[in-house]
Amino acid sequence: MSMLSVENLHVYYGSIHAIKGISFEVNEGEIVTLIGANGAGKSTTLNTVAGLLKPKNGSVQFEENSLLGIPVHKIVGKGMALCPEGRRIFLQLTVQENLEMGAYSRPGSEIEASIEEIYQRFPRLKERHKQIAGTLSGGEQQMLAMGRALMSKPKLMMLDEPSMGLAPILVEQIFDIIKELNEAGTTILLVEQNAQMALSVAHRGYVLETGRIVTTGTGAELLEDDAVRKAYLGG
Amino acid sequence: MLTYLINGISLGSVYAIIALGYTMVYGIAKMLNFAHGDVIMVGGYMAFCATSYLGWPAIPSVLFSVLVCTVLGIVIERLAYKPLRNASSLAVLITAIGVSYFLQNTALLIWSSNPKAFPNLVSLPNLSVGSIQISSVAMVTVAACIIIMVGLTLFTDKTKMGKAMRAVSEDKGAAQLMGINVNGTISLTFAIGSGLAAIAGVLLCSAYPTLMPTTGAMPGIKAFTAAVFGGIGSIPGAMLGGILLGLIEIFGKAYISTQLSDAIVFAVLIIVLIVKPTGLLGKKVNEKV
Repeated sequence: MSMLSVENLHVYYGSIHAIKGISFEVNEGEIVTLIGANGAGKSTTLNTVAGLLKPKNGSVQFEENSLLGIPVHKIVGKGMALCPEGRRIFLQLTVQENLEMGAYSRPGSEIEASIEEIYQRFPRLKERHKQIAGTLSGGEQQMLAMGRALMSKPKLMMLDEPSMGLAPILVEQIFDIIKELNEAGTTILLVEQNAQMALSVAHRGYVLETGRIVTTGTGAELLEDDAVRKAYLGG
Repeated sequence: MLTYLINGISLGSVYAIIALGYTMVYGIAKMLNFAHGDVIMVGGYMAFCATSYLGWPAIPSVLFSVLVCTVLGIVIERLAYKPLRNASSLAVLITAIGVSYFLQNTALLIWSSNPKAFPNLVSLPNLSVGSIQISSVAMVTVAACIIIMVGLTLFTDKTKMGKAMRAVSEDKGAAQLMGINVNGTISLTFAIGSGLAAIAGVLLCSAYPTLMPTTGAMPGIKAFTAAVFGGIGSIPGAMLGGILLGLIEIFGKAYISTQLSDAIVFAVLIIVLIVKPTGLLGKKVNEKV
């Protein structure tokens, strides 16, 4: 069953036609990645699905219900979380408060147990739970951003450039965590510039170029694809 | 000397309560609500009407005034500022000035420009310590200021709504992704700020009991100065800025010049901003990319 289905999506920034009719779907249990160069429209697509941007045309369906017209703050309650580009954690709140905000849409009684789960997955966050988030290192901030998104118990987690600005060893760690989350039952939609890493963990991928999907296939197929190799994997 | 100190702290407490409204609204909505001073005036008139026309006792009158101003704050935000959420900050600023004139002139129509004598709402005895008299109004003002400060700090630090408010003030988009209703949070901020303005209005008019449609204008500007002085967006900053400003004003009046006291207040502001542009307790955000 397709969990998320995007159909013929068109998004504009003022007069700039950023997304020119893309369609894709994410099935339950999958890791799906959108790859492409800077400005291809990857983040725009995720932000539109999450409700931050309004499309001009097209449909976004999550578990067979349309998401269009629903205010952004109600979408997370439907079981979908976006871990946004640049992390956008609340730098002046403590680590623990950031996690609490992630669970804003859930009843207060369940939050403590969820925070414990997050601390088990990310022990570094537990050590620093009282610290102001702005004092964390880049890798820790990325973990906090992911932990915060997980606090809403999403069925579908969307990650926008989780590897951005991180040292290679941390990038591997982040991708390991993505795989673990997926194995534990979370469906993942991943946007990445690091196409090599993204395709190696993804079940399927879509390649975006200037607002259009140009190629699609399984992760392995795309890794072998000549055009993809040339454009995104350095030959 | 001690009398000046007490007067300064008392006046400063009123500035601080007003400055809290400026700073909270700035923190959340990133706008300077220049109509805030006039909400103080409305608060004063509401308490005046409740006691003088309706004959209500002090506490219900104050509560009535707070209620009216809270609603007024929400209505102003909905009608005047919300449609401009994505407009330039200049447009919002000019709208705020427009709202300010609108409130002043409405008050002028209703109550005319003749000053009204504000009734004495604080019916407690004055306190004498040795040779110094502390007026009951001053004590109530300082007590109200402390209660508000503690209450607001607890609210923003400990409650879910308060934390959400801080999250919205930092990043509206990310806050929405968490499921926080940003519009609701902004309304709540205006409600709290305007409710506090009503309290400030009552306290101000109790200390200086002449009420006119322009009563709120100068304290509004001073409190704005206090908010910037302390670091706009910071709640403890607004308190500190308010109290310091009150002290500077009263001591300036007493020892330097009555006529120049306002000039001294603003000169201090200019110096602080040159030395520390974020204000005394202003936050400097270090962002990691």
